[in-house]
Parts: sequence; structure tokens; C-alpha cells
Amino acid sequence: MTDTITVRGLVKRYGALTAVDGIDLTVSEGEFFGILGPNGAGKTTTLEIVEGLREPDAGEVRVLGMPSWPRNPALLPRIGVQLQATSFFERLTAVEQLSTFAALYGVGQRRVDEMLELVGLTDKAATRADKLSGGQAQRLSIACALVHDPDLVFLDEPTTGLDPQARRNLWDLLRQINSRGRTVVLTTHFMDEAEVLCDRVAIMDSGRILQQGPPAALIRALDAPVRISVERGALDAESARALPGAERVETDPASVVITTRTPAPVLSALAEADALAGLQVRGATLEDLFLSLTGREYRA
Amino acid sequence: MRAFTALAVAMAKGFVRDRMTVFFTVLFPIFFIVVFGFVFAGNGSSRQTVIAVGSVPVVDQLPSDARAGIDDVLELRHSDDLEAALQQVRSGDVAAAVEQRGQTIELHYSQTDQVAAATVRGVFGSLVNSANLAATGQPPTYTITSSQVEDTSLKAIQFIAPGMIAYGVAVGATFGAAMTLISWRDKRVMRRLQLAPVSTWSVVLSRVVVSLVVALVQLAIFIGVSMLPGLGLKLTSSWWMSVPLVLAGTLSFLAIGLFVGAVCKTAEGGSGLANLITLPMSFLSGAFIPLQVAPAWISVAAKLLPLGYLVAGLQDVMVRGQGPSAALLPIGILLAFTVVVTAVSTKLFRWDAV
Repeated sequence: MTDTITVRGLVKRYGALTAVDGIDLTVSEGEFFGILGPNGAGKTTTLEIVEGLREPDAGEVRVLGMPSWPRNPALLPRIGVQLQATSFFERLTAVEQLSTFAALYGVGQRRVDEMLELVGLTDKAATRADKLSGGQAQRLSIACALVHDPDLVFLDEPTTGLDPQARRNLWDLLRQINSRGRTVVLTTHFMDEAEVLCDRVAIMDSGRILQQGPPAALIRALDAPVRISVERGALDAESARALPGAERVETDPASVVITTRTPAPVLSALAEADALAGLQVRGATLEDLFLSLTGREYRA
Repeated sequence: MRAFTALAVAMAKGFVRDRMTVFFTVLFPIFFIVVFGFVFAGNGSSRQTVIAVGSVPVVDQLPSDARAGIDDVLELRHSDDLEAALQQVRSGDVAAAVEQRGQTIELHYSQTDQVAAATVRGVFGSLVNSANLAATGQPPTYTITSSQVEDTSLKAIQFIAPGMIAYGVAVGATFGAAMTLISWRDKRVMRRLQLAPVSTWSVVLSRVVVSLVVALVQLAIFIGVSMLPGLGLKLTSSWWMSVPLVLAGTLSFLAIGLFVGAVCKTAEGGSGLANLITLPMSFLSGAFIPLQVAPAWISVAAKLLPLGYLVAGLQDVMVRGQGPSAALLPIGILLAFTVVVTAVSTKLFRWDAV
């Protein structure tokens, strides 16, 4: 697999503040890559340097085999960018916004109609962009980023400010884009989003990448205990403590919670005892990973 | 070329759909042209009405060419009812009533309208003088001929139209450039365009071309409205030099807009500063008040402001009957102003609001 993005030793300072403090990362072709971290972690600065919007103070960035700074006209038609704010022309309708961007890239009107269809805005074509709902505006801005069919798409916090329903619709759209063979790089401060969407994530905090890899592998490597809970009446605390591999047992009015690092024997013992009523199994999440990496709660 | 066209179309649509901007750049100047054009339409050209009571031989026996001269300034009506005529003078419906008893001409006038009173007294004074002279049978020793230096039809509209054209163009270009810049920076459209395969020149040029076209449309509309019957703007022969003047003016106000956009971070701040520049400049440049009736220091201020040169240049070629070369100095000054202000503004310009 070829590397679509290579970043080495990237540094960006704003006065006394070091926004990006020596990061390395690679993104492969066709990958769905997430940069994850709380606000102010340096995600957006990193993304903007990779896109070629800002000059790094140190380090090397190659995108599709080319340097992205200074502004590289050969690179621009091959990347699609959605900036953090929804960047639209004033007082233009959805279809006019998209047609304008299409013309900037030399793309025809048929492609515009296809894109509107893809993001589900065909019936909103004549609506002014500023009159669209948050989710619709985000979908339109993604359509603007994709209208010229780029190989690589950058999305900066595409789901921020959306309600859960709109967020899930957008996830479907992003998966669809990725499944068409496009490399997608997104920043997010939602841990669940990164876990659901990304093939690999880089977890950032204070301008550094703390860890990088597939979400599942990162979580597994954490070796965090699993919490198994069943209904209060299914099992008493005494017999729960006797289960093989149970490290700790807590009870609350609704349930019995068993903490273990070996969930398999616990689960089969529960099954044998016919005590699976109301079963829930919760593994570690990226949030637990963040907590273990930084020693502090994750605050988006 | 396609990118340039697409951006120009996007900006033109954004302009046409912005009701506030359209109001201030098109409707507001038209409103001024119409209102002031009609309000001051009386100045200089309207005739005073005088009622001749009974027979007035001094007027009635005038040779026809002299009578035509009188008709230019007076409208004579005849009546036999002195009381009714005097009542009309008192109520201001007519300027005066005149009667002749033998060798005495009696003029009844009201001092309420002093201009009308002075006109009527002057006309009848000279009428009686020339009748006296004619009665002596001697040829006159002295004669006077007078001619106005401006177009003889110089009316209020002749000042209002060039002033409003200049004002409309100034507001349109200043706000156009400033608001595009601020809103595009604020919404990061500029950053987005940086990442599209579009040259900076396409972006800048599309904004300039849209503003120039808007200015020419303004010029056509304002001249058209001013020439409507009732307003009656009369253009002098070199009026077509108003086209390059307006284009040069637009460039200089785009430069001011660029400055506003470079200095201000928010749309509110930008529109405030743009108003703070264009409004006083309009008053100090003679766009609203003719400089002839303004205090002397305003005439000095007008010489320091780009709008002053645009107003003066437009008046020279459109209504004062000056030759095409009269526009060259104003155009030169406007272009020089453009270069200087653009250079300063690009130094101050930032891509991002933060």
C-alpha cells in the first residue's frame, strides 16, 4: 500500500504557544483516518498544515507524493477540503453553491446533481445555504468538498453541533464515500465517532500524538477490565464473587456488576447458572484509553 | 476563465439579493434625485404669474419680440376684478397684480415670496424705463447683454444627478469590496478558495469586474431617471467622459473597501467603518450640497477626497459643458489614490480573522 500522507517531525508555533509539537503520522491509500483529541489539542492546525493552508515551522509533509506547502496547484484538484466552519458564498442556494465550486474545479452540472442526490439534498436545491439545518449544511459542505471527485478528502469536525440523528446520517454518508475508495481524514472530538468510523486513529493532546493505530487494537492493548452486569435478581453478590476470574463485584438497586479481565469464563459460568437476565458487557473505550494516556478525564 | 465567471456570477447574485446594499446603492440615490429634482425644480426657470387688471397699455402695446422676452419670465393673465386679483396676491397664488391708470403703472405685490417680488418689480421697472425712453424718441445710449456661463438650462437636477451618481458609486464599491472581504474571511470562503485550483487574480479580478459593471449600471439608471420628464437633466456634449470617470472612481472606492476589509474583523465593524468613511465624505465632497453654497472649508476638504474629484469631474463633463480633457485630471488623481490605498491595504491584509 502506498502512503497517501506522510508527516514527519511537524512543528507549528504561535508565539509562545506550540500548537503542534513534533508529530509523525502516515495515512495509507483508501484508509479512513481520524485525528482525535479535545478542543485545543492541535488537530485543526495539523490538518490545515497537511492541506497546505499553513506553513509548518519545522518538519516535512507529503500529500499524494507531493509537498503541500507552498500552495501546490498540481495537488489541489486531487484533494477535497471541508473547513471547520461551513464556508459558503453569501445568499446562494444549495445548488448554486455546489455549481460554483464545480466550476472552480472545471466539473459539469451533471456531477452537481449527482452530488446533491448523494448527500440527500435534491429537494433542498433551491434553498439558500444559510436557511439549511445544521445537518443539511454539513452535508452540503461535504458535497462541495467532493464535487470534483478527489482522491483524498479532509473533513474538520464534520459532525460538531449536529443532533444524534443527523450525526448518524452523516456517518453513513462518510462510510459510503470511503467505501468508494476515497481516502478520508477527519478530525473529531467525539470518541465514539472515531471508534465507529475510523480504520486508524491518532490520539492527540497538547500538540503531540499520544498513540496511533486501529481503535480496537489500541483499546485491547490497554488491557482494561471488562464490566459485566446482570439483573439484581439473577444472581446474589456472594455467588458473583465466586465466579472464575471475577476481580470485583459491586451491586446497586438494579444490577450486579462484575469486573474482570477474563470475560469468557465469567460469561460461560453465568450461562451455566442461568443468570444472564439483563446481560450487558462493556469493554474499555477510547475514552478509557485517553484517561490512561493522559491521567485525566476526557473533556471534549 | 470558467472559475472567474463562476465567482463573478456568485458575487453578482450575492449583491442583487442583498436588499440593504441594493437600497443604498440604487434606490436611495434615485430617491434623492427624484425628491430634490422636483423640490428645487422651481429655481431659476419657473415663471412668475402676474395678473393684469383691466387694460395695461405698457404691456399690451409691446412689440412682439419684446413681448416674447417678457413671456420668458412672466405669465400674464387678464382680469377685470381688482379685488379678486389682490386677494390672489395676498394668498400667494400669483406674484403680483398690475393696473395702469393713465401715466401711472401700479404694481401690487406681496413680500412673502421675496424672490418673486424682486423679479416682478425688476421686470416692471425696466419695462417702464424702456417705455419712457421710447417716448423720448431717442436711441438708447447704453445697452446690456448678459449670458450665463453654464448651460442656460442649469437647474437643481444638473447638480443633483452628478452628485448622486458619485455617491451611489462610492457606497456600492466601498461596501461591495469591504463586505465581500470580511464575510469571506469570516466564513473562511477565502481559505476554501486557497485550496481550490483558482488563481488569486481570478478572485480579485472577478470582484473588481462585478463592481465596475454595477457602477456602470448605476450610471445608466441614474442618468435615465434624471432625464425623465419633470426632472429634465440636460447632458452637455462630453457627458460620455462620465464612463471612464465612474470606472476610475469605482477603483478608488474598491481600494477604500479593501482598506476597511483589511482593518475590520467583523461585518458590523466593517459596515460601521465604511459608513463612517462614505457618509462624511459625501457631504464634504459636494455630492449632496453644491460646493458653491457650502462653507469655504468644505471646498478645501473636497480637494482632499477622492469623491470630491469624482463629483467635480462628473459635473464638468455632464452639465458644465467642459471638454473631454476636463475629466483627465480627476481620473488621474482617482487612479493614483487607488494605487496608494491598495498598497497600504494589502500590507494590512490578513487571511484569517484570528
